[in-house]
Amino acid sequence: MKKLVTHRLFWPVAALLALIVVNTIARPQFISITVRDGQLYGALIDILRNSAPLMLVALGMTIVIATRGIDLSVGAIMAVSGAVALTIIDTSGDPGSGATVAVALLVGILVALVLGVWNGFLIAVLGIQPIIATLVLMLAGRGVALLITDGFITTVTSAPYKFIATGYVIGLPFALFISIAAIAVIALLERRTALGVLTESVGINPEASRLAGVRARGIVFGAYAASGVLAGMAGVLYSSNIMAADANAAGLYIELYAILAVVLGGTSLMGGKFTIAGTVVGVLTIQTLESTILFLGVPSAQAPVFFAAVVIVVVLVQSPRLHRFARGLIASRRSGGGGPSTPAPTPSTTTEPTKAEAVR
Amino acid sequence: MTTTTQTEAGRPTLGARYATFLSRHSSLMPTFAAIVILIVLLVGAQFAFGNFITPRNLSALLLNNAYLLILAVGLTFVILTGGIDLSVGSVMAFTGILCAKLLAEGLPAIVAIPLMLLGGAAIGLLIGVLVHYFDVQPFIASLAGLFLARGLAFVVSLSSIRVEDPAVLWLQRTRLTVGDWYLTPTGILALLIVAIGVFVTQWTRFGRTIYAIGGNEQSARLMGLPVARTKILVYVISGVCGGLAGLVLTAYSGAGYPLNGVGTELDAIAAVVIGGTLLTGGSGYVIGSMIGVLVYGVIKTIIAFMGAEQSWTRIIIGGLLLVFIVVQRFIVTRSDRRR
Repeated sequence: MKKLVTHRLFWPVAALLALIVVNTIARPQFISITVRDGQLYGALIDILRNSAPLMLVALGMTIVIATRGIDLSVGAIMAVSGAVALTIIDTSGDPGSGATVAVALLVGILVALVLGVWNGFLIAVLGIQPIIATLVLMLAGRGVALLITDGFITTVTSAPYKFIATGYVIGLPFALFISIAAIAVIALLERRTALGVLTESVGINPEASRLAGVRARGIVFGAYAASGVLAGMAGVLYSSNIMAADANAAGLYIELYAILAVVLGGTSLMGGKFTIAGTVVGVLTIQTLESTILFLGVPSAQAPVFFAAVVIVVVLVQSPRLHRFARGLIASRRSGGGGPSTPAPTPSTTTEPTKAEAVR
Repeated sequence: MTTTTQTEAGRPTLGARYATFLSRHSSLMPTFAAIVILIVLLVGAQFAFGNFITPRNLSALLLNNAYLLILAVGLTFVILTGGIDLSVGSVMAFTGILCAKLLAEGLPAIVAIPLMLLGGAAIGLLIGVLVHYFDVQPFIASLAGLFLARGLAFVVSLSSIRVEDPAVLWLQRTRLTVGDWYLTPTGILALLIVAIGVFVTQWTRFGRTIYAIGGNEQSARLMGLPVARTKILVYVISGVCGGLAGLVLTAYSGAGYPLNGVGTELDAIAAVVIGGTLLTGGSGYVIGSMIGVLVYGVIKTIIAFMGAEQSWTRIIIGGLLLVFIVVQRFIVTRSDRRR
């Protein structure tokens, strides 16, 4: 039991399960999955389907954060890749043909790769802070997307393209398979090869890992490139879902939700240790929470208040200071009333300066 | 010391003087570069359009960017301590709609304005407490602030609210004219905030503590500086500036709108960085942020003059930001090597 509670995925999974239980009590149909025309329908299926773009982006973000970085440009990359793909379909003579869609997909994701490589170049080669390097693309990217679509919301009709986000394969949404494939590829690469360990070592101490012979630069570079490709796929999925390229709305705030998902899953923003399973749980938690908020009748525009509350609770739970405080509390209770025998919690850093001031 | 080297080695050459100046004032360099860019932009636009540098145009520059200027000053405080505040745009939207709502409910402006400033300060305080007492990264803490403020803006109202209050509209409509030049109370407010910002950062103990924390928080703490108080206060200042910017924007647009300022935090960060403040903290100037905002405003005006797509504003700002961070990176590496 103790082993279970101390497992690092315990709290994220517990939170997700709690959300699902609360939802099921509030509306029993939440948990039910019905079969219509051989396809599965239900709130849970919707959550899995709608979470696909965030899942892709959050997977990339996990790897980037593991290298002690951050990628703010994913939303802008989504906007660009969606705009490129839809513009190709829009300008082609035959928007319904599979070949056109394949070309659009390929070019859209390739452009995203180029943007990811650009981020990697700024961060790994020029040594610019990740926040600010990706901020450049975050600012400029949507401008580029607007240029591609000429400032309009490009809409197209193309059955094969629409299939990517809304199609069904053996009774399950096709988008779900994309998520699962991405999770599998990332998990295999990072956990079945040495790549994951090397990524963690770079995140914990880039200088030490470089001296130990790890190609820190290449690993950081690769992380941003991967994040770019995954964001590109997410952009294609998003544009396929609404069948329109909206340079302003595509992937708006997704970088923040992705970071939240990574943090919810238990990966520290300080870099180093990361958990892909945790991120998957984090994404599902966010999507379930969003579905819950909508069900409660809260206008979706007000949902950020709930997310803010969640972020604050999560960071407080992860806060080392709170842990120290809790440990001190438990220790004092065990020793019977909290005598001076208990190891005093580390003196808080804030009282020190005040003392020093008094002396001065 | 300079006098002795002069008597021993004769007059230093221009190059040597330049090198000495550079090494002593390397933190000023990025701000100088921003001023140069601003002048180049202005002169270039004047040549291209012929009627760019006019009193009307330059006065409008301050009027149109007053809210961004106020946000950038508040943000400079935070960035100087080595933190970041992503919430400024949302706080501006929240306080703006709050003000409009309170006024619509019939509260006098004299009550509504302090309340909106208080609202901004409260969100700033929350971020500051999370950052300092719970060791939350500023990025994440202010992200929570961003979500909170944006959501609260929609809680206050889902649609825009018109402002009829004469006191608030006075801020925008009054024009103090000298010839073709004009200045609105919002512009005066913005310049006043810049002046206060410059004074506080350069000539007060609090200001020096900010630079010390940005330079090295550990050392600042060991020196006995009030790190906790200062760190929390900078976020409160940023929040109050968000509130003021909300007031200015409400007066400017004549309405509160919960979707105002989406992405403004990025514009403000870009302006601060272009103005020469290092994102690692400890180096930069409030006046630089003002230059950064003016560069931003001039680019917007030029693009409006050219009749080009507004998308170019974002691309050019992104490009400029890139140039500046590369320049900054270069300067930081140089000063590191010297150490």
